[in-house]
Amino acid sequence: MRIVLKREEEIFIQTVRKFVKTELEPISAQVEEEDRIPEEIISKMRQLGLFGMSVPEEYGGFGFSVTGQCAVMEEMGRTNACFRTIISTNNGIGVTGLVLAGTPEQKEKYLPKIATGEYITAFALTEPGAGSDAAGIKTSAVRAGDNYVLNGTKQFITNADVASLFSVIAVTDREKKHDGLTMFLVERGTPGFTVGPPEKKMGLRGSHTCELFFDDCRVPAGNVVGGEGKGFRLAMEVLDKGRLIIAASALGAARKLLEMMVEHANQRVAFGKPIGSFQAIQWMIADSAVEIYAMENMIYSAAAEMDEGKKIPHRVAMAKLFATEKACEIADRALQVHGGMGYMKDLPVERFYRDLRLTRIYEGTSEIQRLIIARHCLKKGGEC
Amino acid sequence: MKILVPVKQVPNPDEKVKIKKDGSGIELEGVKMVLNPFCEIAVEEALRMKEKHGGEVVVVTVAGKDAELQVRTALAMGADRAILVETNEELDPAAIASALAKVYEMESPDVVIMGKQAVDDDSNQVGQILAAKLSLPQATFASKVELSEDLKKATVTREVDGGLETIEVELPAIITADLRLNEPRYASLPGIMRAKKKEMKVIPISELGIDTAPKVKVLKLEPPKERAGGVIVGSVQELVEKLKNEAKVL
Repeated sequence: MRIVLKREEEIFIQTVRKFVKTELEPISAQVEEEDRIPEEIISKMRQLGLFGMSVPEEYGGFGFSVTGQCAVMEEMGRTNACFRTIISTNNGIGVTGLVLAGTPEQKEKYLPKIATGEYITAFALTEPGAGSDAAGIKTSAVRAGDNYVLNGTKQFITNADVASLFSVIAVTDREKKHDGLTMFLVERGTPGFTVGPPEKKMGLRGSHTCELFFDDCRVPAGNVVGGEGKGFRLAMEVLDKGRLIIAASALGAARKLLEMMVEHANQRVAFGKPIGSFQAIQWMIADSAVEIYAMENMIYSAAAEMDEGKKIPHRVAMAKLFATEKACEIADRALQVHGGMGYMKDLPVERFYRDLRLTRIYEGTSEIQRLIIARHCLKKGGEC
Repeated sequence: MKILVPVKQVPNPDEKVKIKKDGSGIELEGVKMVLNPFCEIAVEEALRMKEKHGGEVVVVTVAGKDAELQVRTALAMGADRAILVETNEELDPAAIASALAKVYEMESPDVVIMGKQAVDDDSNQVGQILAAKLSLPQATFASKVELSEDLKKATVTREVDGGLETIEVELPAIITADLRLNEPRYASLPGIMRAKKKEMKVIPISELGIDTAPKVKVLKLEPPKERAGGVIVGSVQELVEKLKNEAKVL
């Protein structure tokens, strides 16, 4: 489909494409091995302005459209997923609550620092007993004078090891269920707030997720985002954008996998012919191409609607569900086409296979996306 | 000092290009265009000269309006302003050099630095023709450029067959950049935002009063011959036999 970008976005996408090819891809295997992104790469990401894409221009950022952010994330999806994770977590879920509902004082204080990448952000909703079911959240925030006192534990928080600012969802009024949740900005180093060690994961090496512990952590009342009791709705809006960005990253990965599949199919000879001449392989290629085309159309048409200001959580859910599920299938086919070689760590196919698996889980599992879609259909008489 | 940097947009060298059915050129429909890599190096060198000696970097291109994106990329890297000499025709190197010579006369820069060639047609002629038209010294294939303190001379190391040659030229001169001159910076987002406010002047080529009639006509483009697959030989004898009678190298 024709993707309409601002000129600035178009120029930046050329930069990102080059950055991915010349700086990120060459160290992709090293980062996988060492489970760490070198500091100089993060510093280059800062200089390029990657962290500030979604920060509005008046706060020193670049005010990218959702379409523009998706296009950048698609390019970044083509290499090791940890690189885009640090960026997309920041632009997708880390900063969106503040951009959407922050007070002018909060924006003034934090957004310029986020735009330059001095402050990396993270979003803390999930807990040991609550994720998609936000009503199960136990972390509490009790008003005490000019402060709120936070107690509780958050789990699986991406970027936690590098973030300076966290958007934390906590219960301010348990009786009101969803309407009793509130979003707080908590700075790293606030007394009573500690970040646990990185978890050991199946993939996404180089990006770290940790637990957060709040133990009588006092947060100024001025750090409430969007007002008391508005946390749930805000979190859902934050996730809406985050989900589309994940879908776009999955699209980039799927494109890269199809390219690898095709290259291998043309080169690898079996029974005297390149395996690409066999129908069994051709069908895998054809199915992947169709799905990529469909992904592209869903993602960018949803992005265009969001840029027009429409609220379309069900379509975002569709795009995320379809793109992440299909990207996993494409990774599976790419592995199959590569045969034994695909299973080896010498090639990045197995890494994509492991890393993409997470896209079906975080920021709402595939099942939660289906729930969102079905509820919309049921309520609107089948409208989709 | 004022530094003039002529640039060109080219099809993305990472993409496979197709030749038009009639062989007259390459199919540009759907092909992503980028700033020629050697031009990026020239822009970078100009920016470093400016950072060291002060002054202004002016980029110029002779192309269609669609080249604006690449010109903006050069502005985003840090160039101060741009001139787009607009033409919808495919011009040959002599015509491009004529247009650039006019721009040179309008701008009177202290030095011109440009890519040694564009990676699309690999002509490697514009810098040289421009120097001839303006009767200026030329230093091509530069891998190192140093300007004298008084900005009257440039010492240029050139990559020549099998070694390096260091020459001195009086300024103004035409310098063309080789691959190893520098590593160009990225067009960062802060740079891209700053470039929004920078001036890009469009001059229709007809206003320059130059002869753009081609002196060289491209008759035909052909893709390289597809390589035939290899064969596995059974014995040394067979190999020698094939080298002698099929490959005819023995």
